Amino acid sequence: MAGAGGGNSDVQWCFSQVKGAIDDDVAEADIISTVEFNHSGELLATGDKGGRVVIFQQEPESKNQPQCRGEYNVYSTFQSHEPEFDYLKSLEIEEKINKIRWLPQKNAAQFLLSTNDKTIKLWKISERDKRPEGYNLKEEDGRYRDPNTVTTLRVPVFRPMDLMVEASPRRVFANAHTYHINSISVNSDCETYLSADDLRINLWNLEITDRSFNIVDIKPTNMEELTEVITAAEFHPNQCNTFVYSSSKGTIRMCDMRASALCDKYAKLFEEPEDPNNRSFFSEIISSISDVKFSHSGRYMMTRDYLSVKIWDINMETRPVETYQVHEYLRSKLCSLYENDCIFDKFECCWNGNDSVVMTGSYNNFFRMFDRGYRQDVTLEASRENSKPRSVLKPRKISTGGKRKKDEISVDSLDFNKKILHTAWHPLDNIIAVATINNLYIFQEKLN
Amino acid sequence: MSETTMEVNTEARRILAVSISKLYSARTQRGGLRLHRSLLISMIMRSARDIYHSARESEGPSGAQPTPEEPMDAGAEEPAPPGPQPEPQPAPNSSEPFADEPDATEDEGDCEITEDKENLSPARQSRKRRGKASAAPDFLPSKRARLEPGEERHAAPPGSCRVVPWESLVALSLNRVIPAF
Repeated sequence: MAGAGGGNSDVQWCFSQVKGAIDDDVAEADIISTVEFNHSGELLATGDKGGRVVIFQQEPESKNQPQCRGEYNVYSTFQSHEPEFDYLKSLEIEEKINKIRWLPQKNAAQFLLSTNDKTIKLWKISERDKRPEGYNLKEEDGRYRDPNTVTTLRVPVFRPMDLMVEASPRRVFANAHTYHINSISVNSDCETYLSADDLRINLWNLEITDRSFNIVDIKPTNMEELTEVITAAEFHPNQCNTFVYSSSKGTIRMCDMRASALCDKYAKLFEEPEDPNNRSFFSEIISSISDVKFSHSGRYMMTRDYLSVKIWDINMETRPVETYQVHEYLRSKLCSLYENDCIFDKFECCWNGNDSVVMTGSYNNFFRMFDRGYRQDVTLEASRENSKPRSVLKPRKISTGGKRKKDEISVDSLDFNKKILHTAWHPLDNIIAVATINNLYIFQEKLN
Repeated sequence: MSETTMEVNTEARRILAVSISKLYSARTQRGGLRLHRSLLISMIMRSARDIYHSARESEGPSGAQPTPEEPMDAGAEEPAPPGPQPEPQPAPNSSEPFADEPDATEDEGDCEITEDKENLSPARQSRKRRGKASAAPDFLPSKRARLEPGEERHAAPPGSCRVVPWESLVALSLNRVIPAF
């Protein structure tokens, strides 16, 4: 079956680039933990377990190769977070970057928010391609001249230099979360953003670091009565008063900040009744939502739980309008997946630019795309074997029945250590970034 | 016991053992205990424990086979009162990290698993242990004192019900997991 993409059922995906070490022995610090395109798609940021952020920039399309959209090359690398120690609780705070969110660009510089478990930072990424030369009191190498030797005056001028990209932390938003931060989301007002941990959501002003407003608090007075936690949160893309948060029980609550300061009472509750046929020992925990994303239009939102992707119309709370099975063949294997911890994997999901296709990851370095319009889905693989430039990705098939056809992969031979948790789709073009454990694959639509 | 029940039992016990080891190993991981994950594991443990007990109960009181005290069987049947049910009894104020409790295992320490005894309806307040060939010694109060960290329960008198040590471990693990946050 042809690939899914952009409303055209004939989209085929080709390998474009892969970033990261070829080594099979993965250094833990290199494990990619988040991937995010900026609003124009020109920049692609990744965060890793070692607390680093690497930003790739798309080269402008060359006239020589109109078939290819520009390649992504390293633009900036910086250490965003360092490991810290909470002395009060005797706990180490991991430097792993949980999320990166770009701010809409307002001037020449780019801004992004990056967060680990406890602290959010606003980074400014700016270019410097000229430097002043011709100072009167300083030599070119910076040494100060003896003022007595200065006999003439000149006006310093800017001269071009090699491009330097600088990343500097402009704000540090710390000490506002008792539990582990799982989400950040920039508001459409471009002035505020939210950060969510397991039990609370805080609202920040981007300019103010020493205080935040708590807008959701689901911590019970008696912690033993805890039955659900917040798993993800996001602002509506257009309505600056609206945000949603998902829970470990598979529900989504939509809140309106105009209603009250503390949004504990939701405006809408999205919940699908459980299918009694699917009830099993583990069905409660696989309903935990690992990601929630609004469509670009703001009309829909998508949730990812362990086995499926659901699309909800924000006007209908009773059930999703579409449900896509990501890897239903795993339903009979939940016990083993619990034992090897895979059942706790938090897969993310993403929309394409015009909200016609959604994508999410799976195991064995497979990722899945679901075309909403054409009702087609495809399984593709990110692997070094398929990494010849511009080679077309062949759809993969998993054999679930008894008989395994040629080219099909049996469920038992899936590698559960190779998981794709983070994927991102260029906001405008059919370019996708897919993160395996320590490699970042970039695929593009095949252009003729 | 029927074969299926035995299988279910074994499976439930295995899952419980796996869950406990996950909780213990979570203590040493970087970044500290993760609330979400701990909650999911404790949910699994609760379900496994419920399945285990209901499987044993479905066998009926077998008479010859002394079962561990099962106040929680009754608890499991009860319609859920407000508040969690069956739920671990309030643990000691534990802001301490996940405590070491492999010591306090042996006996029929199941009281802490289940009902809030204060709020039981009178009809339910039967202190009879079901299906036990050798009843609990009379001198043991049915209301159990809370365990303080590090405290041990007195060992069960010999010849008492065949108690699975890990069951109390489960109960204590559930007691400690979430309140530790």
